[in-house]
Amino acid sequence: MPSVIVPDGLEVDAIVERWGADPEFAIEMLQDVQKHYRHLPRAALERVAERTGADMGRLYHIATFFRAFSLEPRGETTIQVCTGTACHVQGAARVLDAFGRALGVPPGGTTPDLKYSLEGVRCLGCCGLAPVVTFGAELVGGVDSSKVGKLMRRHRKTGSAIAQTPGAATEAADA
Amino acid sequence: MPRLTLANLDAVAQQAEARHRGWRSMLMVCAGTGCVSAKSLPLRDAMRQELERRGLQDEIRVVATGCNGFCAHGPICVVQPEGVFYERLKAEAVPELIESHFVKQQPLAEYLYRADGGEKTVPLEKDIEFFAKQQCIALRNRGQIDPEDIEDAIRTGAYRALRDVLRQDLSGDALVALLVRSGLRGRGGGGFPTGVKWQSCRAAARAQGVRPIVVCNGDEGDPGAFMDRSIVEADPHAVIEGMLIGARALGATEGFVYIRHEYPLALQRLMRALAQAREWGVLGRDILGTGMEFDITIHRGAGAFVCGESTALMASMAGRAGEPRAKYVHTVEHGFRDLPTVLNNVETWANVAQIVRHGPEWFAAIGTGDVSKSPWGGSSGTKVFSLVGNVRNSGLVEVPMGITLREIVFDIGGGIPGGRRFKAVQTGGPSGGCLPESKLDLAVDFDTLVEAGSMMGSGGMIVMDDHTCMVDVARYFVDFLCDESCGKCTPCREGLVNLREVLTRITAGEGRAGDFALLEDLGAVLADGSLCGLGQTAANPVLSTLRYFRAEYEAHIRERRCPAGVCKALIRYSITEDCTGCAACVKVCPTDAITGERRQLHTIEQSQCIQCGTCMDVCKDGAVVVR
Repeated sequence: MPSVIVPDGLEVDAIVERWGADPEFAIEMLQDVQKHYRHLPRAALERVAERTGADMGRLYHIATFFRAFSLEPRGETTIQVCTGTACHVQGAARVLDAFGRALGVPPGGTTPDLKYSLEGVRCLGCCGLAPVVTFGAELVGGVDSSKVGKLMRRHRKTGSAIAQTPGAATEAADA
Repeated sequence: MPRLTLANLDAVAQQAEARHRGWRSMLMVCAGTGCVSAKSLPLRDAMRQELERRGLQDEIRVVATGCNGFCAHGPICVVQPEGVFYERLKAEAVPELIESHFVKQQPLAEYLYRADGGEKTVPLEKDIEFFAKQQCIALRNRGQIDPEDIEDAIRTGAYRALRDVLRQDLSGDALVALLVRSGLRGRGGGGFPTGVKWQSCRAAARAQGVRPIVVCNGDEGDPGAFMDRSIVEADPHAVIEGMLIGARALGATEGFVYIRHEYPLALQRLMRALAQAREWGVLGRDILGTGMEFDITIHRGAGAFVCGESTALMASMAGRAGEPRAKYVHTVEHGFRDLPTVLNNVETWANVAQIVRHGPEWFAAIGTGDVSKSPWGGSSGTKVFSLVGNVRNSGLVEVPMGITLREIVFDIGGGIPGGRRFKAVQTGGPSGGCLPESKLDLAVDFDTLVEAGSMMGSGGMIVMDDHTCMVDVARYFVDFLCDESCGKCTPCREGLVNLREVLTRITAGEGRAGDFALLEDLGAVLADGSLCGLGQTAANPVLSTLRYFRAEYEAHIRERRCPAGVCKALIRYSITEDCTGCAACVKVCPTDAITGERRQLHTIEQSQCIQCGTCMDVCKDGAVVVR
């Protein structure tokens, strides 16, 4: 099990300062903490509470209320399978199942090596390309369950789900 | 960089226009989220390189624009001024494209749009049926400007309406009256008249002796809707100008935009636009040299559907969990920081400046009904829809209110692909409903859709073909809302779980005789007892499918059958004699349930099959069927 990053006060302080230590921006601060540590470590939450004057109850309420936050460490790459309506009617549930089988974790889970987290998300707003999947910041359209294996193999090998030949379209049809 | 004033705005626009006309041609490359993911940025770079190689970089300009709307055909490039539309372009095709289009003066046929995928090409954007019936107000600048360049926005008229308001020194009451007369109603879903909302907020602020707050709702949470994202990506200054006019009408100095964190590109463009607006003197202190003061702060949503609701959104902006409260006191009286607050969504704000510029009568003349006596009397203007799902031309369309569903789905959308049949169109997101073929001739406006058991919502329009199971769709929306219910009030928290339980049972083939009555009963409790709009409208997808697709529910309950072939417990996959024995399905089957010699008919061992459907996805001969 890879070690979990221990938050250093300086980074959290910098984030709190960026938002003027104003508790009105608590959600913004936690988004930055989440982005930096790939989860919300308890020590970081305590630091935010101390610096902003927002109590821990309020911060935990935020941390467990919004989808963007996780109290457990997330994988290096989060695979989001869009399950918005347009994707749903074009087979997104089958795509999500296929990623679950390929990674060996259910939606919401993280692989034991902390490489991948799998999430079903509601609408990424790219409905014209449905069904849509993101690998971190990369977005792939036109995915069906038969293309999942190939996308995973390529991502594991190259760190990208998209073929790196110049000008190749991201349509999974070319995968 | 000039600092804009009342006096110099026209001159700055004219100078920009003169520079614009100096270009022989412009390659408008779509850089909306869809096209960027289809690699439009390497395409743009390849164009710049190729033009430089040929020494044409001072004659032909390459512009990365916001979302063109025709997302399924990306990456898209429109050559202006003539308007030639290229689709599915690739970076390696750029030299050929430049050679053909600009040297031989011949559009490159390979990348032109073809109606129905046939031989006949349609070179001009305006002739493509997808665009022909559209009328753009909120999207007027899509594909026309560089959204990261304020000068380009000013060239096409940005901040002119604000200038006129300030120069004529229009009073807040006059502006509110103008908005009321236009009949503009909220584009976020509820359809509440914008002018009336402003009026109440003004009155409350005056009574309390405080400055109100102006908020833009960009928490576009409805699955299947992406117009607000596209407006911000394509024309952020339209939203900023709308908010400035709102601030002027209300006497506000502080504004906020609440935008989803799932929209990184929109967020980045908005931040850039705000920074430029401050530099150019249309935001901050002394706006256009008039002493007006107003600035906008961004709040990023952290992923909660309920935060589209006004009180939940304001709780979240205050740095708390986004739970709604009961609204016996309205947010126009006590909203963000307990101050009177006006909340309108992105598309609503994007309409404001155009209404001021062209007059309320111009706006009211578009659309349905008569709004001359009351804005409730009709639906003025246009509405942007995201036309998606099982439809040939999917993308973003802006149409006048009153157009029929049939015109949108079949004339603009080109009908259903793959030889399938139309089954339903879903509007209004999880608060809306599914309408069947018999309702296709309904005029699309706020009130007609509600009468039919659906609603306009924020404008998601999901077309479903005969492979869609309506019970599964109802379960899908209830499942979504179960996840998203904040849990504060009991009817929503418990009612949705119960609805989901019944629907899951039906889709698992365990439906019972009394289930119809139970679903309708639960729906009534949700509508009557829930705290906010999420719960109050949560049963609509169930009730509308019960109303129009009852036979499909009956097939699940009485015959243990899913006619559309979706519900896993009720279906089986099999292979027909069309099988050529290519073994593609054998390779992908996760449970090794498929057997057969190469070039011989294959079979599926039912006891091993987990109904994942991968074999059907991969089969090129259409030999895998589901029943």
